[in-house]
Amino acid sequence: MSYEPVTLADYGGFETSWCPGCGNFAILRAVKQALVAAGLAPHQVIFVSGIGQAAKAPHYLRANFFNGLHGRALPVATGIKLANPALKVIVESGDGCMYGEGGNHFLAAIRRNINLTVLVHNNQVYGLTKGQASPTSQEGFTSNVQPHGAQSRAFNPVAVAVAMRASFVARAFSGRHDHLVEALRRALAHPGFALVDVLQPCLSFNKINTFKWYSDRCVDLPPEYDPGDWRKAMETADIWGGQIPTGVLYEEMRPTYEDRLASSVKSSTRPSANNRRAALQAIMMSHA
Amino acid sequence: MDPRNFQVTIGGQAGQGLVTLGGALARALVRSGYHIAVTQSYMSRVRGGHNTFAIRAGTSYVGAPQEAIDLLIALNDETAELHRAAVAQADGVVILSSASAIVAGRSLRVPYKELADSRHEDMIALGVAAALLGLDLSLVSGIVSSLFQAKDAASARVNSAAVTAGYEWGKQAPPALNVSLPPVRAADMRLMLNGNEALALGALAAGVRFCAFYPMSPSTSVVLELAKHADVMGVVVEQAEDEIAAINMALGAAYAGGRSMTATSGGGFALMAEAVSLAAATEIPVVIVVAQRPGPATGLPTRTEQSDLEFVLHAGHGEFSRALLTPGTVEACFELMRRAFTLAEASQSPVFVMTDQFLADSYRDVLPFDLIEPPLRSPPVPEPVQDPYRSYALTASGVSPRLVPCASGHLVVADSHEHAESGHITEEPALRTQMVDKRLRKLDVLSANVVPPEYAGSDAPELLLVSWGSSKGAVAEAAALLNAVGQDVATLHFDQVWPLVPSQFLGRLQAARHTVCVEGNATRQFARLLRRESGFLIGRSVCRYDGRPFTSEYIVERLSYEL
Repeated sequence: MSYEPVTLADYGGFETSWCPGCGNFAILRAVKQALVAAGLAPHQVIFVSGIGQAAKAPHYLRANFFNGLHGRALPVATGIKLANPALKVIVESGDGCMYGEGGNHFLAAIRRNINLTVLVHNNQVYGLTKGQASPTSQEGFTSNVQPHGAQSRAFNPVAVAVAMRASFVARAFSGRHDHLVEALRRALAHPGFALVDVLQPCLSFNKINTFKWYSDRCVDLPPEYDPGDWRKAMETADIWGGQIPTGVLYEEMRPTYEDRLASSVKSSTRPSANNRRAALQAIMMSHA
Repeated sequence: MDPRNFQVTIGGQAGQGLVTLGGALARALVRSGYHIAVTQSYMSRVRGGHNTFAIRAGTSYVGAPQEAIDLLIALNDETAELHRAAVAQADGVVILSSASAIVAGRSLRVPYKELADSRHEDMIALGVAAALLGLDLSLVSGIVSSLFQAKDAASARVNSAAVTAGYEWGKQAPPALNVSLPPVRAADMRLMLNGNEALALGALAAGVRFCAFYPMSPSTSVVLELAKHADVMGVVVEQAEDEIAAINMALGAAYAGGRSMTATSGGGFALMAEAVSLAAATEIPVVIVVAQRPGPATGLPTRTEQSDLEFVLHAGHGEFSRALLTPGTVEACFELMRRAFTLAEASQSPVFVMTDQFLADSYRDVLPFDLIEPPLRSPPVPEPVQDPYRSYALTASGVSPRLVPCASGHLVVADSHEHAESGHITEEPALRTQMVDKRLRKLDVLSANVVPPEYAGSDAPELLLVSWGSSKGAVAEAAALLNAVGQDVATLHFDQVWPLVPSQFLGRLQAARHTVCVEGNATRQFARLLRRESGFLIGRSVCRYDGRPFTSEYIVERLSYEL
C-alpha cells in the first residue's frame, strides 16, 4: 500500500441526482476537503447514511459506505463502532432522516457519546418526497400537504444537542465554505459524538429559507466565544431569527462509549481463540 | 404413579421463590440420573398472581409436560385449589403450610415457622420434597449452597440450613405420603439447560461478536445469558433504544465484520421487519431469534404459541432468500443457533431461529455438546475477490465475495437501493433483474443445506403426526402412547420450516393412511405452507392456541383415540 498524501482526486467525481444549485454540492466538496485535511484516505473511512437527497451523498465520493434505511443511519453506525471502535465513521443524512424518522436514535446516540461525526444537511424541508414540511421547517411554512402552514414548532437540533451535553455541537452554513470545512475538520478530530448541523438552501422546495435568507443571517461566533461554557452555549443555541450563530457552539471532552465498554471487541483485547475455547467449555460445564 | 414418569409441580405467587426452588429440585433430579422437561407458567407481573414451575421427570427421555401431578408443592392455598383435579388424577401428594385451613386429600402440612426463618419457606419446602422423593440430602443442600454462594457465604449457609431442616422434618412424614421415585440407573453426566440458555451457548459456540436487543419476553433471557459471558468471550451486548435500532446495529456490526445477532418476540420483530428487508438488500448476514408468544398485539406476554410462522416467513418488503430454523428440543436450540450463523454467512442472508415461551423456559437434561460444528453439507463455492472489488459481484451461487471495510485498500459498500455490482444506485432494468435473481439464487444455497425433517415410525403408518418447533416432544409421546395400545402412528418433525425441500418428505406424507398436523396456532399455518410448497393437503390439524404448551394427553384426546 502506498503512503502518498491523500488528495481530493482520490475521492473521485460522480454524476449526482441533485438539482442544479443545491447546497449539497458545496457540502460534498467541503467533506472531501476536510477528509483530505485530516489525511484520511477513502478506504480508511466509512460513511453511513439513511434516505433522502442528502443521504445519497456517500454514493458521490469514493469511500466505504453503508447506505441504509430512512432514519436508521445512527444505529448502523453505532453497530459498526461497537464491533470495531478503531474505524472512522461519518454519519451523513438530512433533517427529516436524522431529526424526524430517526429522532429516538439521535437522542440515544448523544447519550452514548459514541465516537461518530454526524453531518446533517438541514434545508428545513423534505426534498426527495418533494416539498413537505420537515421537523426543522419554520412554523407557518406552507406546502402541498401543509396549505395552512406547518403547525408544529420547529425542532432546534443544536439546542437539543447542547441541552443533552452532546460532546461536540456545531452549526454551519453551506454558503460559508471555509467555515464549514473548518467545522467538519474539528468534528472529525473530536473524540466522541460530534454533530455538525449544516444549514443549506433547497432551491426546488424551500422558497423561504433561501441562500440569501441564510447569508443575511448567519454570523460566525466571535473568536473569544468559549465552547466549553455550557450555559453560554445553551443561550447561543437558542438564538434563531434575525441572526443565526454559526461555528462550534459547544465542546466537552469526556470518555467515549467505546472507551467505557467493559468488554471491547477490539482485536487487541479480544480473548484469544484458545482462551475463548476454554471459556466456552467452562461455560457449558457450569450448567452441569 | 406411572412407573416411568412423574411430575412435581411447584406453585405460588411471583416472588415466592418457586423458580429458585424448582431450579434446584430439577438439578437434583438430573444429578440423580433422571431425565426432565420443565414447564414454566407465569403471569405477566413481578409480584403476586399464580405461577407454576412443573418438573416432569422420568427414567428415560422426557420431551413434554404432563397434566397429572404426583407431587404438588403449594406455596399458597390458591395453588392447592387450582391443581386439585390434576393431583387427584395421579393420586398425588400436596405439600402445604400447617397454617393452611384448606382441605386437601393426601397432604403434608409443614410447620414452616417452627423449622427455620419463614423467609426461607421455599428452601424448607425443597427439603421436604427432597425427603419425600428420597433424594440425597447432601446433593440437594450442595446445589442450594453453590447457588447462593455467588451471592454471599451467609445466604448460602442459611438457605442450605433451611433445606436440611425441611429434609429432616420430611423424613418423619408417614410412609404412606412418600412419593417413591422409580429407580434409575446412574447416567452419564448431564447438563441442565433451558431453550434460551442453549440458544446463547449456540451463539457463543458460533463465535458471535455482537448482539443488540430491546428487552421483550420471552426472548430476553437469551441475551441475559450472553451478557453473563460477554467479557470472557469477547462479545459486545448492547441494549438498544428500540428494536429498530437493535437490528440496524446488528447489521452495522455484521458489516464491520463480526458475527452478529438480535433477539426479540413478535411485537418487537414487527418493528424489525423493514430492516430484515435491509439485510436482504445489503446482503449482510444476521441471525434473528424470534421467541414466539401469543398475539395479536400484546396478547399473552408470558405464554406460548406458534403463531408467527407466516409473519416471520414473509416479514420484509420485496422478494429475497431467508431460512427459518425451528428447534424442537434444547439440543436443537444449541445446534441450530450455531448453524444459523454459518448459514447466514454462507448465504449472506437473514436467518431466523424461532422458538416460543414454552421451549425458551423449558429446562431439559442434555449431554454436553460437541463444541466443534459439523461442516455444511454443501457450502457454496467461494469466488475470488476481483480488482476493483465489487461488493455485489454477480456470481453463480448468488453469493459475492465479502470483505470487511477498512481492512484493505478495497472499498466495501452496503446499499439499500437497487444497486450495480459496485453497490452504487442503479435503475437499469436488466441489472435490476439480475440482482433480484442473484438474491433469490441464494435460496438454493440454503436449500442444499436444509435440516431434513425427522421421521419415526413404520413405512406406511395408519396415522402420521406432523409437527414443527417445540411441540416435537408432546407429539412423539402421543405417538408412543398410541403405539403402546396397538395403533400404528408415525411422526414427521420439522426443525427447519423454510426453505422446504418436498423430496425430503413428500413420500412420507403420501405413504401414510391419515395425516394430522399438530401446531400451536389457530389457522393451521404450517399445514397450509406444506400444501403450498408440496401440493400435499394434510386433512386434519390438532391446534392449540390457549397460550399453553402441547401435552400428549391434549393431542391424544383430540385424535379421538381410546388409550
